[in-house]
Amino acid sequence: MATLPTTRDENWRYADGAVLASLSPEVLDQWDDMTVAAGESARRIIVAGGAGPELIRVRVTVGDGGTAELFGVVAGDAYARLEVAVRLGRGAHFQFGGVTIGGGDAVREIVTRMDHAEPDGTSEQVIRAVHWGTATGNFLGRIDVARDAQKTDAAQDFKGLILERGATTNARPELEIYADDVKCAHGASIGQLDENARFYMAARGLAPDVANRLLVQAFIGDAFAALEDEGERERLMALALGALGDRA
Amino acid sequence: MLHINDLHAEIDGKPILNGLTLSVNAGEIHAIMGPNGAGKSTLAYVLGGRPGYEVTGGSVSLNGQDLLGMDPHERAAAGLFLGFQYPVEIPGVSNVQFLREGLNSQRKAKGLEPLSGGEFLKLAREKAGLLRFDMEMLKRNVNVGFSGGEKKRAEMVQMGILDPAFAVLDETDSGLDIDALRVVGAGINAIMRRPDKAVLLITHYQRLLDYVKPDRVHVLAAGRIVTSGGPELAQRLESEGYEAVA
Repeated sequence: MATLPTTRDENWRYADGAVLASLSPEVLDQWDDMTVAAGESARRIIVAGGAGPELIRVRVTVGDGGTAELFGVVAGDAYARLEVAVRLGRGAHFQFGGVTIGGGDAVREIVTRMDHAEPDGTSEQVIRAVHWGTATGNFLGRIDVARDAQKTDAAQDFKGLILERGATTNARPELEIYADDVKCAHGASIGQLDENARFYMAARGLAPDVANRLLVQAFIGDAFAALEDEGERERLMALALGALGDRA
Repeated sequence: MLHINDLHAEIDGKPILNGLTLSVNAGEIHAIMGPNGAGKSTLAYVLGGRPGYEVTGGSVSLNGQDLLGMDPHERAAAGLFLGFQYPVEIPGVSNVQFLREGLNSQRKAKGLEPLSGGEFLKLAREKAGLLRFDMEMLKRNVNVGFSGGEKKRAEMVQMGILDPAFAVLDETDSGLDIDALRVVGAGINAIMRRPDKAVLLITHYQRLLDYVKPDRVHVLAAGRIVTSGGPELAQRLESEGYEAVA
């Protein structure tokens, strides 16, 4: 049986310690498996939006030449963690888009571990975090490229948006690269809403809540840009924006 | 229409406007000219309500309403349009979405029903046509990837769609080539040269005034109007310079 993690553990350091202590240890052994056979492709959509704490852990295994797509929204009122561990076969692709959004005092986090174990694999991760109140949005993203995984092309892009003083965002990109012929693009930035854009919008008559909503929508839209199913894209967008409520 | 009385304003505690008084009546177009640092853009931003521009004295009314007591979006709904010297790029938000939300926010403030998507597109197409602006560009993100001239023409399309009572155009002519200047000038005339509307044109140069004939020209220096006259004043400024005239 697993031991409960604490915030002293690097992979849980920004988590909600009190919630972790209250979990039953079995949840740590609960991994949801997503296995994509060689040459196949599959997509999964994950939404954490409940009132209580949620720990969603997905283990993705993609066979040679296969493609897995995962899109997720973490928008609940309590501690929630979406954790994704991916192992790619030769020439396989993983696409990830994730959004954490919310206020209150909850911690919402997305944790990814991308294991490029074989050559020619590609992966793209786009993560956006929007928080207000005293909420915290975290992204921990690790990319491992094994010695033999030449021609790996891995991209990881995180942006955090803090809507008001008091909210927190933590980003921890981590790249461990042992192959020499690879591309690993990564970026992490944290900022506020663009005041120039807000004034421009106000000058055209947009009420502040309408303007903020449009700006947040534009900000998180990147995470779902690669989701081809327009209906699903709109559903996820609506779920994420729903968290704004009257707050925007 | 617009009455500015003894307006004082500062940025970061530094006084920029020092007792500016100006009236623009319905049906009139006034030009404000002046050297760099005179406070021209500050005047535009103070009228628009930009955060950081603090009014320390005086009053401004638009059609009898106290402009300075309103939030920026309320000023827009009250009929004010601020044309930006540097229109802002907004990635991820299309012009159509931006303007429809703007127009519908304004309509809501006036107790009018919002325009549907179809009605809005019809209006946008008509106004874009007036400025010879490609409708496809309106489907792109706000000002993203637009050239300087395209941004200014887009501003005029916005003005056409929002149909304000009073426009403050802050150096709309900067960054325009001769052809674009002509199109923008014609646009200002077509949209705003009406008995129930008025314009305050802020400009460095006389050339826009070849296309948009001002009824009055004012020279702004050190935060106040130092001299006013008819269109001939702009000609004199162009040939003699600010120091000689003001």
